[in-house]
Amino acid sequence: MQNEPLLRVDGLRVEFPGRRGTLVAVDDVSFDIAPGEVLGVVGESGAGKSMTGSAIIGLLEPPGRIAGGSISLDGRRIDNLPYEEMRRIRGKHIGAIFQDPLTSLNPLYSVGRQLVETITTHSDISEKAARDRALALLQEVGIPAPERRIDQYPHQFSGGMRQRVVIALALCANPRLIVADEPTTALDVSIQAQIIALLKRLCREHGTAVMLVTHDMGVIAETADRVAVMYAGRIAEIGPVRDVIKNPRHPYTVGLMGSIPRMGHDAERLTQIDGSMPRLTEIPAGCAFNPRCPYVFDRCRVERPDRMAVAPFHEAACWKYADGVGHA
Amino acid sequence: MIAFVIRRLLQSLIVMLTVGFVAFSMFNFLGDPINNMVGQDATEAEREHLRHVLGLDQPFYIQFLVYLGNALQGQFGMSYRLGMPVVRALAERLPATLELVFCAAGLALLVGVPLGVYTGLHRDRWLSKVFLTLSLIGISLPTFLIGILLILVFAVYLGWLPSFGRGDVVDLGWWTTGFLTVSGIKALILPAITLALFQLTLVMRLVRAEMMEVLRTDYIKFARARGLTNRAVHFGHALRNTLVPVITITGLQIGSLIAFAIVTETVFQWPGMGLLFLQAVQFVDVPVMSSYLVLIAFFFVAINLVVDLLYYFVDPRLRADRAVASGHG
Ligand SMILES: Nc1ncnc2c1ncn2[C@@H]1O[C@H](COP(=O)(O)OP(=O)(O)OP(=O)(O)O)[C@@H](O)[C@H]1O
Ligand code: SF4
Ligand SMILES: [Mg+2]
Repeated sequence: MQNEPLLRVDGLRVEFPGRRGTLVAVDDVSFDIAPGEVLGVVGESGAGKSMTGSAIIGLLEPPGRIAGGSISLDGRRIDNLPYEEMRRIRGKHIGAIFQDPLTSLNPLYSVGRQLVETITTHSDISEKAARDRALALLQEVGIPAPERRIDQYPHQFSGGMRQRVVIALALCANPRLIVADEPTTALDVSIQAQIIALLKRLCREHGTAVMLVTHDMGVIAETADRVAVMYAGRIAEIGPVRDVIKNPRHPYTVGLMGSIPRMGHDAERLTQIDGSMPRLTEIPAGCAFNPRCPYVFDRCRVERPDRMAVAPFHEAACWKYADGVGHA
Repeated sequence: MIAFVIRRLLQSLIVMLTVGFVAFSMFNFLGDPINNMVGQDATEAEREHLRHVLGLDQPFYIQFLVYLGNALQGQFGMSYRLGMPVVRALAERLPATLELVFCAAGLALLVGVPLGVYTGLHRDRWLSKVFLTLSLIGISLPTFLIGILLILVFAVYLGWLPSFGRGDVVDLGWWTTGFLTVSGIKALILPAITLALFQLTLVMRLVRAEMMEVLRTDYIKFARARGLTNRAVHFGHALRNTLVPVITITGLQIGSLIAFAIVTETVFQWPGMGLLFLQAVQFVDVPVMSSYLVLIAFFFVAINLVVDLLYYFVDPRLRADRAVASGHG
């Protein structure tokens, strides 16, 4: 599709070796993110969204490990780098934002100190210059009176303000990609939209690509260029956001779309998906969605569907689209 | 901040008054003070006279006030056994105990914290497992046994270090120190190790547990995600966050080090307050016993106060200006 992807994830597999055998949390996940592009990632709890993000920034918590596939940034493999080399990439080339701004900041250090230490870690500038940059960043993320705020401690900021600080921290070395894992879930509903708008604006201005993990299809619709729908550790459907929302192909996505009410559509479309996602230990043979799928047929219970093209740049992993239906 | 200090000072005062009352009551419960002073063969008139002179015929609360007044002026009475003011007896012994406790606490921290950090960071290395196993031994062996074993090996068998006493001390007028002579320092080694061992294992296990806890937190994950070096993450962010509990425990432990020095001082015949206290108990030397109690309580209270103040420097959340958190947005 795009000529030169910024991030390429190819056949990623994340495993948790355990006493009762190995759990596969992420299985054969592939996607690209182009420079400046926003890829939304949705899916039920436990679908493997966070694990995919952690694998990309190289911070899977042991015993979790990358058991297969590759991750490349600008054409260079980063999934098998030594810790120290990956550390230099983190923050500088790939930033990260986590779910809970209340716990993402070290309570014992002023926000200024945390900004300055991050800036000086990645570039060779003086404390003074780093502090000026920190002030500019705080201004940029919309913190009023940065000169006064910079020496305050995290507990002196509200949740929304803290998440702004976290965004400033993720952006402070001008990374080319940000992995944002549910950056607003922990926030008050009234400020979620502001934070998302801020993130979107800053990334557009800086040309930063984003992998945006969220449960909120509304956010995806508004922010993302493309969307990947994950189910039980795999990508069920991926494609341009408008296309996927207007015309979802995978039965799971259809169900997901059904569960957000949208204007201009009648109530019949508000279908709910029955049942819940299988646990990692109980993923059925064939298509993982088959116990819940209204369209299930014989092949689904035996053979696992690969992703197949259903429209330009739009793929779904569902047997309904075998035989090139999507190309019609 | 000021209000906090005043509140803590008031609490300390209440604690000290309570302890003072207990110490004062000891005079009335542990034998008849007159008997202790004049012996069995004094006449009833002589006893009455002495009772009057000493104010022992006054009501209880008056006696207590007099006791407090004297205590505030540093007068804790005469030792029955030594025939000298208790304050002087204690002051003579204080340096020995404090030097021992200081070294033991220093040793426990200097060795315990790094071991705790190491075993917390590298849980699966075999060296960590060795340290942990050793620490289990350190925690389960009683102090006197450790002391005796050390004496056996280093004093009796190898003959490297003395098995008792304080060595040569230098008198600085208000303080006698063993730090300035070779024999003084040699004499300090075994008792200090004996006294430190339990605390050391405690500090190590505490730091290890806290490190492991802190390393799981979101802000550590985020610090890593920001690309900070391992050193900054481990020592700048993680260790600093383990400090509050470590300071608490260490502070409390210094108090109990002073108190539990009794065992070590006995094993090594260390001429400190603990030994003095034990001898006082044998002779029912009430003024020494009760004053020792007051002094130990004073150390506990003072250390607690210092610990609370240290929190303020370590944890900004406790500093007064918590009301400034901004509105939404
Ligand atoms: N330490 C672990 N050991 C074993 N399995 C784990 C461990 N941590 C996570 N998992 C499994 O990995 C799977 C993927 O988890 P992940 O956190 O990526 O889900 P998610 O899509 O981010 O969900 P959520 O929306 O709840 O954040 C889950 O099914 C979870 O059970
Ligand atoms: S492959 Fe079959 S079971 Fe799976 S989603 Fe498609 S139709 Fe449903
Ligand atoms: Mg998650």
